[in-house]
Amino acid sequence: MISLGIESTAWNFSVGVVSEDEVIALEGDAYIPREGGIHPREAAQHHSEVAGKVLARIFEKVNPGEIDAVSFSQGPGMGPCLRIGATVARTLALKLDKPLIGVNHCLAHVEIGRWLTGAEDPVTLYVSGGNSQVIARRGGRYRVFGETLDIGIGNAIDKFARYISLPHPGGPEVERLAERGERYIEMPYVVKGMDFSFSGIVTHAMKLCDEGYRIEDIAFSFQETAFAMLVEVTERAMAYLGKEECLLVGGVGANSRLQEMLGLMCTDRNAEFFAPPKRYMGDNGAMIAYTGLLMMKHGIRTELSESYVKPDFRIEEVEIPW
Amino acid sequence: MVKVIMGGEAEVRIHDSFVEKIRIRKRYRIKELDDFLRRRRTISEARIISNARKHGVATPVILDVDDCRIVMERIDGEPVREIMNRDVSREIGKGVAKLHSAGIVHGDLTPMNMILKNGRIYFIDFGLSYYDERVEAKGVDIHVFYEALKADFDNWGELWEAFLEGYSEYGKFSHVLERFREIEMRGRYVDKSENRS
Repeated sequence: MISLGIESTAWNFSVGVVSEDEVIALEGDAYIPREGGIHPREAAQHHSEVAGKVLARIFEKVNPGEIDAVSFSQGPGMGPCLRIGATVARTLALKLDKPLIGVNHCLAHVEIGRWLTGAEDPVTLYVSGGNSQVIARRGGRYRVFGETLDIGIGNAIDKFARYISLPHPGGPEVERLAERGERYIEMPYVVKGMDFSFSGIVTHAMKLCDEGYRIEDIAFSFQETAFAMLVEVTERAMAYLGKEECLLVGGVGANSRLQEMLGLMCTDRNAEFFAPPKRYMGDNGAMIAYTGLLMMKHGIRTELSESYVKPDFRIEEVEIPW
Repeated sequence: MVKVIMGGEAEVRIHDSFVEKIRIRKRYRIKELDDFLRRRRTISEARIISNARKHGVATPVILDVDDCRIVMERIDGEPVREIMNRDVSREIGKGVAKLHSAGIVHGDLTPMNMILKNGRIYFIDFGLSYYDERVEAKGVDIHVFYEALKADFDNWGELWEAFLEGYSEYGKFSHVLERFREIEMRGRYVDKSENRS
């Protein structure tokens, strides 16, 4: 069975094709804002301009006739961006006369992570620009055990990066700066129950910049504080649920310090830590294709009339038959 | 004889007449942050335990606090999980009403963290507690208890009802209950009529 998946929730327009055993093709085109953060309409404009080219590259590698299902990211995400992906998917499904499958974006991150790493029943830390969640399976659904009360961790890092005039995306640059940090400066550490908040750290980091503190030390303290909050809640969920696997997914998962911290936490509690290859951590079409394939195998498909986008689509809404 | 329990955040050593709670070092955090958090939380937990008692909630007496260690009285009673019934659940509700009136959000309201002694419910673990006046935090607090009841007891429906009878002593009861219902809806069913395109 071969599934094609379209991802377009935010910054990336990406198309992947997978079989049950491997990723056959993955092509994409990232939107880079000229200034400031991601502008939903500009990003959507970008996606609509590149969609044809990206698909053409896919069909150089895959014969359209081989495709058994067309999956697309139905949400959560930016409405205008989601609509481009959904429109392309509908058109393709009709043209190829194959079933259409609407996939939850967060679920897709978790499922491709499990597929590529072999993690069976992990507590997943999903960290990206817009999302920061601790997710685990309970019964027939995934549930969110902790999440950000305000902005996603990626968004928080980007805001700080823009303030010190680093180019988009700010994550890798801030990570490089942090490696040269020497001194820890106290930052607001906000964990309430199982939830956390990052906006206080951003504001504080900006203030420290204005006061002339060393940028490297600020970046270092920013990362150490924010990541410790994420690791703490992840560990708590593992202890509470008695799970012995931890999976890291989402674009911010590429950060090596975050990986190191989660790895240490797992070692100390005799748990196993998993992280998929970087290429499959951030938003990509292969994760949508793979999750679509799982859904298809379990008889799930999305009627055209039900294929509207869901910007607030929660992972808990999806029943998991596998 | 000492019984040692490893929690997510702390090691609990149960002696004959007292209990030690030691916040252990987390290697994933840098030392400065780790020391700061463990000290701050130890102090904060000790204060909340005392403050809760001042507001009429049964808690262990604090015997000593130093660095990252709290020494407290051992409550020798029956674990609530083993003797749960409507009356016990109602008493828990009254206790939570007092905590919330004092601005304390417990953060981990499960029967595992409660002991019945001489007809009183003792709340023994405030490791995840904090002060918060928001209705949301309190709604989440009682939702944790609701989930714990559902997971552990077949008659969770009547236990929950009894809990609410006790909890109704809290002045903002109806607000919190309303928020609880919203929290319960989240992630279960979301109106799909919007955002059609």
